[in-house]
Amino acid sequence: MSCYLTTGKHMNFYVSFGTVLLLLAITAPLALSFGFGGAMAARSRIAPLSWFGKGYIAIVRGVPDIAFFLFFVIALDQAFEYIRHHVKCPDWTDPIRQGTDFIVCAEAKLPLGNAPQWVHEAYGFSLAVLTFAIVFGAFAANVLFGAMRAVPKAQLETAEAYGMTRRQTFWRIVVPQMWVYALPGLGNLWMVLTKATPLLFLLGVEDIVYWARELGGIKGERFTDYPHGDWRMWYFLVLLVFYLGLTRVSEVVLARLMRRLTRGQATAGGEAQRKAAA
Amino acid sequence: MSCLETIADYAFRSIGYGERLLPRGDYTLCQQFTLIGSGMIWNVYFGIVALISGFGLATALAVGKASQNRWLRKPAEWFIFLFRGSPLFIQFFFGYFFFLSLKTHYPFFDPFTSAWLGALIVLFLNTAAYSGEIFYGALQSIPKGDTEAADAYGLSGWPRFRRVVWPTMLRLAWPAYTNEAIFLFHSTTLVFFSGFPAWQQRGDALYYANYFADKTFNPFIPYPILAMYFILVTLVIIWTMGRIGRRLNRHLPQEARRKFRFRPQVIR
Amino acid sequence: MKNLILTTAAVALTAGMAMADGHSVVRMGTEGAYAPWNFINDAGEVDGFERELGDELCARAELTCEWVTNEWDSIIPNLTSGNYDTIIAGMSITDERDEVIDFTQAYTPPDPSSYLAMDGSLDVEGGVIAAQTGTIQAAFIAEAGWTLVEFATPEETVAAVVAGEADAVLADKSFLMTAMETNGDLVMLEREEMIGGGVGMGLRESDGELRAAFDAAITSMKEDGTLNAMIEKWEVASTW
Repeated sequence: MSCYLTTGKHMNFYVSFGTVLLLLAITAPLALSFGFGGAMAARSRIAPLSWFGKGYIAIVRGVPDIAFFLFFVIALDQAFEYIRHHVKCPDWTDPIRQGTDFIVCAEAKLPLGNAPQWVHEAYGFSLAVLTFAIVFGAFAANVLFGAMRAVPKAQLETAEAYGMTRRQTFWRIVVPQMWVYALPGLGNLWMVLTKATPLLFLLGVEDIVYWARELGGIKGERFTDYPHGDWRMWYFLVLLVFYLGLTRVSEVVLARLMRRLTRGQATAGGEAQRKAAA
Repeated sequence: MSCLETIADYAFRSIGYGERLLPRGDYTLCQQFTLIGSGMIWNVYFGIVALISGFGLATALAVGKASQNRWLRKPAEWFIFLFRGSPLFIQFFFGYFFFLSLKTHYPFFDPFTSAWLGALIVLFLNTAAYSGEIFYGALQSIPKGDTEAADAYGLSGWPRFRRVVWPTMLRLAWPAYTNEAIFLFHSTTLVFFSGFPAWQQRGDALYYANYFADKTFNPFIPYPILAMYFILVTLVIIWTMGRIGRRLNRHLPQEARRKFRFRPQVIR
Repeated sequence: MKNLILTTAAVALTAGMAMADGHSVVRMGTEGAYAPWNFINDAGEVDGFERELGDELCARAELTCEWVTNEWDSIIPNLTSGNYDTIIAGMSITDERDEVIDFTQAYTPPDPSSYLAMDGSLDVEGGVIAAQTGTIQAAFIAEAGWTLVEFATPEETVAAVVAGEADAVLADKSFLMTAMETNGDLVMLEREEMIGGGVGMGLRESDGELRAAFDAAITSMKEDGTLNAMIEKWEVASTW
């Protein structure tokens, strides 16, 4: 059973949908934790830490993601190799930068030069995840920073009255309550994150846009069993359907999550739920 | 060649004035700053025109989505879903294809395949959908007291919308709308990057940053320059929108004003 | 556990030492979107003239090679930062590129670029010419001062001519032959442009030994005629 839709190339196309979903699944919690860290740093009473947090939020939010993607992955890769080089080969004497060449000792290469291809691909994928997480972490930090300040003052004052320290108030009162204020913002951030995945091919990952372009492009008779003209329109239509579906599913899940989080909260929504149950 | 000469030659290169040939060999920092800055003209043009024109449609969409009438509600819902549910990258692709096929049948559509109009239309529709959703969210959270007060004053129909509902909606939506404006300016970088062609090497900031990265084989200079320009633009947007937001809230007491500042309801 | 890591590192180290220049596996970087030079075949693997050539060169130089694809835009920065060891992607040897990376000797002679248009009698100097962004063809048209319109991908340049957006497209002849096969309305103009040098393999400037190994292999293929046979088989260029 072999036909046009089951060629190896098409199989790669189908697999790349999984790649995109996997990236989303890993990036979302990672970006959230970056965001949490960023927001905590921005709130910090230690000035340099607070500057760092605010600077991270302001700078990364201020730059178009595409500009980041175009140079950040190479920078990240070189940074890692630079650190490993200093740790693993302390007595290396050649300069690391020779003209435009970036040369580290063989043991510091990431992944090692003779690693199999899948290791290289996994490494490239994790760099992409990290880049996405750094970019979207800044947006998440902004949302969480706002959400932490949105927790009603009365709640904090009550905690203080109970003799809680600043740290205890933060972990026991602010963190559990902030999610309901953060969820609309985070939900939208998730939507933006899914919409940013067509740029994955810029990060060297063979994603759905890469394969849609590749499969849809003009194919002559000489190099394929299935010659065709410019079919990119149809492949992009598949992508469109995929993204609309993903959006729809996300909307449903987020609405449910919102209902769940609202339960028992000191908000209008929580009040309405309480009344309906009573 | 001094830096001033370079600026004279290339400051308006992106809209077709000045030196015709792009720099070749011995690329200076000054050239990179000037040309990438010149490209920013396009980003700012797309951003401002799309934002202002999208504002009207966004209001209509929000009112449509909140309407009781199914014939108004459903189209607005679908429009918003379609444009918010798909990546801009793909919208540009289809936009260009669509205009191209219209053009082969009707000569009227000739200018639509150029970025200045075609990409602008796509951006206009896109931002209208996102802002429409933000405005819709704001419409839903207008305090009941406001509308009841309007009823009590005997306001209804257009005056009620114009003088009570709309201003309150804007006030509530403003922080999220500021975010949308920032995102819109950022997404203008996609115009020449996917879909729309660059004529006579007149492109936006990313086009020139890409040109230099391609010629110098060093991405670490042009892209940070581009990033710097965008941080500046973002700061200007935040400042301008902050001014407008303060004006919108000028009648409120000081304490209540502060409450409006952090409300990360619907960010894009 | 620590011991285990140490041993594998030691093995990796000795394996690396075995090669004269430290390349136990040579990673060949290509684009995979430039038929017939290099493309992804139906099975999803790198195929084409350069795949066959590269495999033969590796066999002659007794190297273990592995194929990777990379976007054209960042193909040189990724070589210099060490993500792969060679570029074998139909890259013309130009002075600009030679300043940043090293090339082996050319494996195909310099070949002209051609025009594809809807109207065979077109005067290209007065027309609108499409080219892919960042190619030597785009630079050529800009230099000549004609009307240039740039697209991100090669498909779009051809589509623009079909749709009447541009009058002609300037690109590598072998690519345009493929495009012409799938669209009967397009004709190739007689006028051709000599741009770019021959096509060679790109390597890091610091990788002299690897370059010498590939250079020797190319010389031996030129001498015994296998290179010419391969060029003819894939119809990529004129022969030596």
